[in-house]
Amino acid sequence: MNVEWINEMRLEFSSLAENEAFARLAVSGFLLPLDPTMEALADIRTAVSEAVTNAIVHAYPNGKGMVRVLGRYDRDGTVIIDVADDGKGIEDVQRARQPFFTTGGEERSGMGFTVMESFMDGVDVRSAPGQGTAVRLTKRLLSRDDSLPRRA
Amino acid sequence: MLFYERKGNALVARLSGELDHSAATRLRGELDALIDETGVTRLLLDVSALEFMDSSGIGLVIGRYKRMARRGGSVAVIGSNARIDRIFNMAGLYSLVERMS
Ligand SMILES: Nc1ncnc2c1ncn2[C@@H]1O[C@H](COP(=O)(O)OP(=O)(O)OP(=O)(O)O)[C@@H](O)[C@H]1O
Ligand SMILES: [Mg+2]
Repeated sequence: MNVEWINEMRLEFSSLAENEAFARLAVSGFLLPLDPTMEALADIRTAVSEAVTNAIVHAYPNGKGMVRVLGRYDRDGTVIIDVADDGKGIEDVQRARQPFFTTGGEERSGMGFTVMESFMDGVDVRSAPGQGTAVRLTKRLLSRDDSLPRRA
Repeated sequence: MLFYERKGNALVARLSGELDHSAATRLRGELDALIDETGVTRLLLDVSALEFMDSSGIGLVIGRYKRMARRGGSVAVIGSNARIDRIFNMAGLYSLVERMS
């Protein structure tokens, strides 16, 4: 892909539940120069929250690790957010993405990936057992007045 | 944040702020303690003051639904917006829990 990113950011934080709000806030702030609609921003915040929460809840069952968030966007309003961990990985990604599939017990619904897919244009998952998981969230922001891609 | 009020056999719990996994972990403990203390048979979850919710909200509501169902009780969600409904509908939540406006 031959894309020119006009802005990029990188965050790294401990896999603590407190950092879920921090990650959402940081990504929202990063995207503000694109002047996204409230709706689009809420979509991205929700998807980021799902991916970051997964890294915090599932990746490091035996303790604490780091979670990385990489954000970037291009001139046409294509936003990519990568959320990655170095945790236990996912054995069967296809199965993990199915609605209601969870290894998280009673209080998790198994709907995180379904929510990400519903709110984003693209959700790409790379994972290897013992090596970690990387989730790529893509969204193309549209301009406010028409359905053409926006120009920053 | 959680404000609550007892109305006869029902407990009305008003959730506010951001309902993510972190908040859900706290709210779960608070709600379960209230349910057990009061012995109510109906739990009304007012979500109208929520500023954010992700799939952790589904887990929180279904978890409380199961707890209430075990004692023959029920749960309703009040004041959901289009976003919250979209997430709850993905999980078919309103087949278990009544939606009230
Ligand atoms: N970063 C990760 N590391 C390891 N396993 C993961 C990771 N992300 C997801 N998984 C696995 O994929 C499953 C499905 O994830 P998904 O987010 O859809 O549901 P959930 O987290 O279990 O529940 P919910 O998101 O609804 O609270 C998880 O239960 C877990 O087994
Ligand atoms: Mg999840």
